[in-house]
Amino acid sequence: MNFVFDLAFIWAGLIAFAVLTYVVLDGFDLGVGILFPFAHSKKDRDTMMNSVAPIWDGNETWLVLGGGGLFAVFPLAYATVMSALYMPIILMLLALVFRGVAFEYRWRTERWKKVWDIAFFGGSTIAALCQGIALGALVQGIEITDRHYSGGWWDWLTPFSLVTGVAVVVGYALLGATWVMMKTEGAVHHRMRDLAKPLAIGTLAFIAAVSIWTPLQNPVYFDRWFAMPGFLFTLPIPILLAVAVYKLFTGIARGQDVTPFLAAQALFVISFVGIGISFYPNIVPPSLSIWDAAAPDSSLKFALVGTVVLIPLILAYTAYAYWVFRGKIDPEAGYH
Amino acid sequence: MLSSFAAETLARFQFAFTVSFHIIFPAFSIGLASFLAVLNAMWLWTGDNTYRVVFDYWKKIFAVAFGMGVVSGIVMSYQFGTNWSEYADKTGPVLGPLMAYEVLSAFFLEAGFLGIMLFGREKVGNGLHMFATAMVAGGTLMSATWILSVNSWMQTPAGFSINEVGQFVPEDWWAIIFNPSFPYRLLHMVLAAYLTTAFVVAGVAGWHLLKDRENKATRTMFSMAMWMALIVTPLQIGAGDAHGINTLEHQPVKIMAMEGHYESHPDGAPLILFGIPNPSEKRIDYAIQIPKLSSLILEHDLNAPLKGLDTVPDDEEPPVAIVFFSFRIMVAIGFAMLGIGVWGGIQRWRGRLYDTKWLHRATVLMGPMGFVAVLAGWITTEVGRQPYTVYGLLRTSDSLGPVAAPAVAASLIAFIVVYFFVFGAGTFYIMRMMGKHPGTPRLGLRDGPIRTAGITPLQQTHNTHPAE
Repeated sequence: MNFVFDLAFIWAGLIAFAVLTYVVLDGFDLGVGILFPFAHSKKDRDTMMNSVAPIWDGNETWLVLGGGGLFAVFPLAYATVMSALYMPIILMLLALVFRGVAFEYRWRTERWKKVWDIAFFGGSTIAALCQGIALGALVQGIEITDRHYSGGWWDWLTPFSLVTGVAVVVGYALLGATWVMMKTEGAVHHRMRDLAKPLAIGTLAFIAAVSIWTPLQNPVYFDRWFAMPGFLFTLPIPILLAVAVYKLFTGIARGQDVTPFLAAQALFVISFVGIGISFYPNIVPPSLSIWDAAAPDSSLKFALVGTVVLIPLILAYTAYAYWVFRGKIDPEAGYH
Repeated sequence: MLSSFAAETLARFQFAFTVSFHIIFPAFSIGLASFLAVLNAMWLWTGDNTYRVVFDYWKKIFAVAFGMGVVSGIVMSYQFGTNWSEYADKTGPVLGPLMAYEVLSAFFLEAGFLGIMLFGREKVGNGLHMFATAMVAGGTLMSATWILSVNSWMQTPAGFSINEVGQFVPEDWWAIIFNPSFPYRLLHMVLAAYLTTAFVVAGVAGWHLLKDRENKATRTMFSMAMWMALIVTPLQIGAGDAHGINTLEHQPVKIMAMEGHYESHPDGAPLILFGIPNPSEKRIDYAIQIPKLSSLILEHDLNAPLKGLDTVPDDEEPPVAIVFFSFRIMVAIGFAMLGIGVWGGIQRWRGRLYDTKWLHRATVLMGPMGFVAVLAGWITTEVGRQPYTVYGLLRTSDSLGPVAAPAVAASLIAFIVVYFFVFGAGTFYIMRMMGKHPGTPRLGLRDGPIRTAGITPLQQTHNTHPAE
């Protein structure tokens, strides 16, 4: 396996970065929605939603960047993946519509507040489920002949993809629980702390199940992990994972504010790197490589110039927005 | 064959449906974001609390509209791939980077600063809050710039070559971005967004003036909106005319359809004011027309020859009736807006701007018309460039992905049901907020301590709102 450092490779890295940033940022705010029914009171739900209200929109923009970026630099991957994952993607988009509008609508009505609570929960859960299914379906591989998707309509639906779907729901719920723990005090904080432990156990069980099952999907994945040079990257993964797991459980047990959230995020980052190792050098397994799918160099260069300038800027003002809304949420605040 | 035809028709309908729903929100939020920035600046500059009352009123309406724009926009960024994957594969190298720039330079800017604009005044102070408000407004304009460049390139492609697998390959980015129709389309659309917003604001203010003509905030809104109507409508008519002449140069067939010119006119073409296109006979029935005026408008010469659709092969002809009618609807609304603007100007000059009930009633009627005009305009330009997605180079039928009719039908039904439900509810909430006068405490909530318009003393409304 050759290691080529060129424009296409840089772009694969950038797209991976955008998707990872999306997971890190939107995972917890989808998780807050998934946990909505587990809150004990209306006021707790208000507080939970307020904790993500100022930032969810920015978080979801990374998903648009994932789609737009893929269209820009790997148009063939975008075209074939969208065809192959037609149904889960449309379902995810519709689910995001419901949860997105719930942020505003919920405050605009008393009679229908319940309806938008359900929309927020249902939308968040289905969006997470579809993202997990899409991931599982990608890992299974997408059949491409002559630049077209050549599989069937239901290829994405398998036991494996359903497991990855549920895994993402449980994992996002863990992120949401640790986020709310970090951002709140009192009853809702304790409620989330109670939920965090079983969610952490569930997340780890799913990570284990998917890790064992993935090489069975395609023997290539096994080689990626245990043959050089992939092995150099895979070696630290179990060690880092163990550290994160330790921090997560002790953090939850000690009632720490920030540590459980960061440790839960670390689980996602590590898993994501693991998936990246499995995929490389393909962008759409099993046959479409980064270089097959890449747009011409003139596109890659033009897009890269702006990206290199703008991404650090975006990260800076996103960090600023988080800084402005730092600390515990005041349950009485909000502009509504 | 039948099923691929059905899939194409359904996919086209799905795109038309999702994009039409989507454009309504940006058309409003581009204008409203700028309006809010101006209001906040005026408040900081003059210290007049009226501006703050108006700002807080529209801020809440903006939040709901913006939320709807975001979620319907996320759908758009995936529509190209789900149904139109051939198009995506072929145009991605040219259009993808432009859209990536839109996301990077506009969407993140809006989203990053929206939270601070809506929730953060107390946390960051007035100066930074003003900056955030300006960034949101700038983001909406930046977004419009990129996406109109993308659309314009599809209408008037430039600066590219085609590679061995049929993809459009960028050769000259400057030529791609500033393609021939882009400046005209951008100007026309941004002015349209401003006018649409101005007429919504005028309509809401007119409604409240009918009930209470003393509310200072309502007067301020109405006055600002009527200035916009008076100044921007003539500019927009001029921009539309220039855009039309540009279209004649680059997409003459679209102009033939807009004008209803089935026949060529070697010495001066008439302007058909109204009529009913008869596609099977290839003529306009019951046409009411002014001789030679079309040549005068388009070529600035009464006797200039204009070619008609008789010079165009049938498989290159767009659906004439849709283009013909939608164009007339847009133009009619444009001139009605001009009428309102001039009327408002006259009443202002006579010192009766806030006392002319018929003017207020007319603005209420015209309140939603900007949206109708925007949709009619987009239908004109998008249907008018058929049967191509990339004009003259990539046919719509060749843009379709390997999708089956049942899948497209199912997703189309899902979109229709969800959009009407979700955006119907959102529109209802917006209308309900608009139904309350500016300064209403807890504007957004049904169970808030709502006072009947006109009863609340003005000072009291001013004193209560900052606590929200």
